[in-house]
Amino acid sequence: MTRSTTKMLASLGPANRVARNEETHPLTWRLRDDGQPVWLDEYQQKNGYAAARKALAEMAQADIVQTVKDSGLKGRGGAGFPTGVKWGLMPADEAQNIRYLLCNADEMEPNTWKDRLLMEQLPHLLVEGMLISARALKAYRGYIFLRGEYVDAAHNLNRAIEEAKAAGLLGKNILGSGFDFELFVHTGAGRYICGEETALINSLEGRRANPRAKPPFPAAVGVWGKPTCVNNVETLCNVPAIIGNGVDWYKSLARPGSEDMGSKLMGFSGKVKHPGIWELPFGISARELFEDYAGGMRDGYRLKCWQPGGAGTGFLLPEHLEAQMYAGGIAKVGTRMGTGLALAVDDTINMVSLLRNMEEFFARESCGWCTPCRDGLPWSVKILRALERGQGSRQDIDTLLQLVDFLGPGRTFCAHAPGAVEPLGSAVKYFRHEFEAGVAQEAKAPMQPA
Amino acid sequence: MSTLIQTDRFALSAAERSAIEHEMHHYEDPRAASIEALKIVQKARGWVPDGAADAIGELLGIPASDVEGVATFYSQIFRQPVGRHIIRVCDSMTCFIGGHESILEALQHQLGIAPGQTTADGRFTLIPVCCLGNCDKAPALMIDDDTFGDVRSEGVAALLEAYP
Repeated sequence: MTRSTTKMLASLGPANRVARNEETHPLTWRLRDDGQPVWLDEYQQKNGYAAARKALAEMAQADIVQTVKDSGLKGRGGAGFPTGVKWGLMPADEAQNIRYLLCNADEMEPNTWKDRLLMEQLPHLLVEGMLISARALKAYRGYIFLRGEYVDAAHNLNRAIEEAKAAGLLGKNILGSGFDFELFVHTGAGRYICGEETALINSLEGRRANPRAKPPFPAAVGVWGKPTCVNNVETLCNVPAIIGNGVDWYKSLARPGSEDMGSKLMGFSGKVKHPGIWELPFGISARELFEDYAGGMRDGYRLKCWQPGGAGTGFLLPEHLEAQMYAGGIAKVGTRMGTGLALAVDDTINMVSLLRNMEEFFARESCGWCTPCRDGLPWSVKILRALERGQGSRQDIDTLLQLVDFLGPGRTFCAHAPGAVEPLGSAVKYFRHEFEAGVAQEAKAPMQPA
Repeated sequence: MSTLIQTDRFALSAAERSAIEHEMHHYEDPRAASIEALKIVQKARGWVPDGAADAIGELLGIPASDVEGVATFYSQIFRQPVGRHIIRVCDSMTCFIGGHESILEALQHQLGIAPGQTTADGRFTLIPVCCLGNCDKAPALMIDDDTFGDVRSEGVAALLEAYP
């Protein structure tokens, strides 16, 4: 067993060991081989804050926004919305001068451990990314909304913020530019739904984390009613290199065929030989990630199916490993790329049991605000538990498929329930016989005439 | 009734009050410090006793019912007494595949409690938790602020010994 202490961070892993360089690994090239955090001196020796200096001294705010727009950077939290477009939604009206930048660091999606790596080991990369982004968005204050369980990340981010303040990289008149920006770490108290951006805003305001109706979007009416931009940790960590190295370089990172730009923290877990995270170009094949990086399945296990990026993405078959890892590439085989941290399901795992585990999670984490989600998810759990015990009824599979439809996109208040039923629908599609096997014998027998 | 007396007696300590007031300055609106205020009380007392909502509400200038609404929404705020040590077992699908149910069984057997319960000696509380972000080292769990990966059911007893 391994114990993670400040001497050895939980995020120490393969990303620390692979060969990496500034040209191809903008997110991870500064990582230390020993997995210890990179503090300010070392970060600056490794060219850290050079992009922030450039942005603050040489670039107009609109130029920063345009550069990020041109780079094609998309949100790395799972939804993949173009970051520059999101930034462009902030009001043009200069009179609205109280604006906020929120970093969504509420990493709780099952099978997602990428933001943890960045925050534990490269806290200054996030601070620099937020500084540049805040400048572009004219935000005078930022909050990093961090899940409470990430205690090492909280410690390291707070220390990085103190270092940056002492060095004049946060606070008043940063680097003599006249720009003021203060940054706080806000730690949460549980509940997956806090990662939904409007629920996150409610939670930051000290309310229950129920999502808000959109519109108005946070860019118009966000935290405390002010224009607000919410970006994921990895998204913000992309910004310094885009500003430092330029759009052409950034666009050259991805493999041919990819419509997404740049690099991405991708991973594989489950019973693979070498579970881990690596910074890889968009457009590599899932097979390359699975075989060359994760080493394929452990001896004695066979790949049954896999999920490309978190609990809210659909299951895919081994043949789908040919797909390219970018939003459109995964969409071609029928689901979403999500976080890009894939999970291998081996042949010892029963899909009914796995889905029971997943839907228990989604049901527990529903905020309870809208009825389809609050009532539909526990219903799916009840059915899956019965099927798992071999006590299902003949209608159960149809009922599950009805729930997949009733809880799908557009039917609920936020994306929680659609994310919950996406894997369920695909599991029934590809492994229906496993669900049918859970129907009780007496229910399977044709009815006898009286 | 003893609970009523306890409720009436609840008062924030000077240290709690000053920590909450410090947090209030980080936000535009005192309400935003409500979750942190609950965490401050919980850190000092292990849990959030009845009456804390009134005291926090008064300090922040918001209704006690709002504070209670927040306290009961978030899974890491405890509204009943818990053990000296909190064991959080990750129940994500990745840890499910990694065999977390055998870890949970071993813990239940060792402690004689079910998830959500506290041992009679007040030493441990066992709860499930969302993905701990330790997926390359599944199954994972946390005891207090320490994260453990690649946990084996036969190693669970030894793990607990470090938490008297």
